Amino acid sequence: MSSIVLRQGLVIGESTSDVGDVLVVDGLIAGVGDVGDVPRGTSEIDATGCWIGPGLVDLHTHLREPGREEAETVESGALAGAMGGFTALMAMPNTEPALDNVALVSYVLDRGARTPLDIAVAGAITQGRRGEMLAPLAEMAELGVRIFTDDGIGVQNPSLMRRALEYAKPLGVRLAQHCEDEQLASGGSMNEGSVSSRLGLIGRPALAEELMVLRDIELVRLTGGAVHFLHLSTKRSLDFVIAARDEGLLVTCEVAPHHFTLDETACDQFDPLFKVHPPLRPLSDVEALRGAMRAGSVDAVATDHAPHAPELKDLPFDEAPAGMLGLEHVASLTLEALGSAEASPFEFFSLLSRGPARIAQLRQSDWRVRLSAHGGALRVGEDANLMVFDPEVRWTARSAELHSRATNTPYDGRELVGKVRATIAKGRIVVNEGVLA
Amino acid sequence: MIRTIRGKNLLSLENVSREAIVEVLDTAESFVEVNRRSIKKVPALKGRVVASLFFEESTRTRLSFETAAKRLSADVLSLAVASSSVKKGESLRDTIATIDALGIDAVVMRHQSSGAALQVSRYVPHVHVINAGDGLHQHPTQGLLDAFTVRQVLAERNGTSGVESGSELFQGLRILIVGDIRHSRVARSDVAAYVTLGAEVRVAAPGTLLPVDIAHWPVTIVDDFEEALEWADVVGLLRLQRERGSGSFVPSLGEFTRTFGLTVERARRLRPSAVIMHPGPMNRGVEIDSRVADLPSAVIERQVANGVPIRMAVLYLTVAGSKEEVVL
Repeated sequence: MSSIVLRQGLVIGESTSDVGDVLVVDGLIAGVGDVGDVPRGTSEIDATGCWIGPGLVDLHTHLREPGREEAETVESGALAGAMGGFTALMAMPNTEPALDNVALVSYVLDRGARTPLDIAVAGAITQGRRGEMLAPLAEMAELGVRIFTDDGIGVQNPSLMRRALEYAKPLGVRLAQHCEDEQLASGGSMNEGSVSSRLGLIGRPALAEELMVLRDIELVRLTGGAVHFLHLSTKRSLDFVIAARDEGLLVTCEVAPHHFTLDETACDQFDPLFKVHPPLRPLSDVEALRGAMRAGSVDAVATDHAPHAPELKDLPFDEAPAGMLGLEHVASLTLEALGSAEASPFEFFSLLSRGPARIAQLRQSDWRVRLSAHGGALRVGEDANLMVFDPEVRWTARSAELHSRATNTPYDGRELVGKVRATIAKGRIVVNEGVLA
Repeated sequence: MIRTIRGKNLLSLENVSREAIVEVLDTAESFVEVNRRSIKKVPALKGRVVASLFFEESTRTRLSFETAAKRLSADVLSLAVASSSVKKGESLRDTIATIDALGIDAVVMRHQSSGAALQVSRYVPHVHVINAGDGLHQHPTQGLLDAFTVRQVLAERNGTSGVESGSELFQGLRILIVGDIRHSRVARSDVAAYVTLGAEVRVAAPGTLLPVDIAHWPVTIVDDFEEALEWADVVGLLRLQRERGSGSFVPSLGEFTRTFGLTVERARRLRPSAVIMHPGPMNRGVEIDSRVADLPSAVIERQVANGVPIRMAVLYLTVAGSKEEVVL
C-alpha cells in the first residue's frame, strides 16, 4: 500500500496541538511531529496554515438508498461527505423500504464498502418505522449496528419506547430519537410562533420537541437504557439533556448546522428549501445552541443531511418534504458557530469527529462490517482517518458545486470561512486541494 | 412598504400602504359606474391574457375575477387545475410553466397552500400574479372589497362620495371581527386593510380560534362579546369551517353559535347604524342567524357585487400599470 505525508499542519490531538507532519503508511498513522525521511513515492500534502485532525464523523446522514436514488446514493453521499471532511457516515434507516432487517442493513453496508469512506448503518427501532412493533434489534446488532432510530419521526408510543430501551440495553446499543410529539406538531410545517401565524402556516411548537425529550429522559431513568437525542433545536431541549447527562443518565445529544445557523424568519418567502423537522427556531434558540457548542456542552454536531429531488422542493411549502443538505458545508458552519477566528480546534474536532465517533462506537475498528477506527487522537498506530482544514480561507457556498445528487442546500450564496483541504479515509487520499482526488 | 400596486403583483395586503389601498378603492369606484351600464365593458386590457388558476375550487371568487377580467376586455384562460395535472403529480413550477408557455400577462391564483402565489411569482417573474386566496395566509382582494364596501356604505350615509373621502371615514372607525380568525386568510387581509386605513379593530373568538401570536396583532381581543357588539360600527363575521366544529377546535357548531354566533338576540344589541358583513359563503344558523343575514344593515350581497369592480381595479392597476387616467 501507499504512503502519505501531511506537511507542517497544526496537528490537533485530544488536548494538545503542535505544528508538525503526519505520516501515513499502509493505512495507519506511522509518524507524528518531525517524521524525518519518508518512503520513496510518498504522496505529499502541504498542510501549512491548516489544522490536521481526525476525519469527521456524521451521526446523521440520509443516503436515500434504497428507494430514493434520484436524490442521493450511498456513493454520491460518500463523495459529498469526503468533500465535507468526513471519513465516516451513519446511514439513516428511513429509506424505502426502511432498514429494519439484516438483509437491508447488509445491502447498505455492502454499498458502503465500495465507497472510499466508512459507512455505518443505523437500524430502525420498529418494523417499517411504523412505531408499532419492534424490529429485530438483536439480529441487526449482531451485524455491527450500534445505533437504532425511527428518525423522520420519533417513537410516539411511550410504552413501546420503554420496551425498546429495555430490549436494547443488554445489546449494548443506543437508541437515537427524533423528538417531536406528532400530535402536538399537528402536521405543521414550520416553527409555531408569530412568523407561522403571519404566514398562515400551521406551526410545530417547540413544546412538541421538548415534551418528548423530557419523556425519554424519564424513560432512560426508568430503564437504565441509553438515548441519543437527534437534532435538538431549542434551548430548553438542550438544557433538559445537559441536566440529565450531569445527573449521570446515559443521554447524549447532537445539534444540526441549520439549527445553529438559520432562524425561523428564513421561511418567510415560503421557500421549501428552509422546511425541516424539527423546524428552524427563533434567533434566541439559534444563539443558545451556539452558546452551548462553545461551552462544550453539546456532544456532537450532526448534519441531518437530507437530500430531496428538486421537483419535491417545487411543491407548496406545506406539501414539500422536510429536510436540507449539510455534509459539504457543516465544517465551515461549525467553525462560524464556534466564533470563526476564536474557534477552538479542540471543540471543533470534538463536535465533528471525536464526540460522534464515541456515540457511534466507531472509536475501534469493527471487523464484522469492515469499518476502521475514527475520531482518534492522532497517535502512531491509529487507523489513518484524517482531514486537513484551512480555518482561514473564505469562500462562497454554491448549490451548483455540490457533490450530492440533490441541490437542496439552504446556503447557496452564503459567505463561509474555513474549507476542507484534504480528506484521508482508510489510509487513502479521497480529497486533495479541495477537490476529489 | 408598497406605495402602489401598479405594474406589480398583489400577493398580500401586509406592507401595502394606505395610499396604495386608496388608489385601488378609488379606481374601483370608477368601475362601479361601468357595471351599471347596459354595455358593461371597457377596452382597458384588450389583447391581454389573464389566466385563472384555481387549485382549490371556489366558484364565487373565480366567477368574480373572470367577470372582472372580461369587463376589462381581457382574454381569460380558465383552468380548473384542482381536477387535472396536480392529481397526476405535477409540481407547482411545471403547472405554471405550462400555462406561461401559452402566453399570459397575469395569473389569478387560488391555492389551498399558504404561500403558493408567492412561490409562483418567483417562477414567472414576468407575469403579474394576483393572489385569490392562499391557504390560511392572505386573500387580498377580499380585504380590499371589504374596505371598499365599508367606505361606500358610510359615504352614502354621509352624502359624500367614496373618492372624495379617501381614507377619512376609517379614522377611528370601530370594527369588530368575529369567529375563526386563526384559520382565516380573510381575517389576515381584512385586519391589514382596516388598520392601515386607520380603523380600530377588535376581535372576538373562542380561545382555540385565535391565532397563537394574537398578542402581536394590531388588534384588541374583546373580553365581553356582548359589550363589543354595542361598541362596533362594523361587525365582520367569518365563515366557520365545518371541520373546525367537530370537537377539535370547538365542541360543536351549536356551542359556537350559542357563544359567538350573531343571533337575533345579539343583533339587537348592535347600534342601529352598525354594518354587518360576511365574506361568504355563509353558514346560516352557525355564525349568523338567517334573519340577521337578511337585515337591511347586512351588506353581504353588496360585498359580492363589489368584488367585480375591486378585481377590475386590481387587474387594471397591476396589468396595465401605467400612470395614465383610466380610459373608460
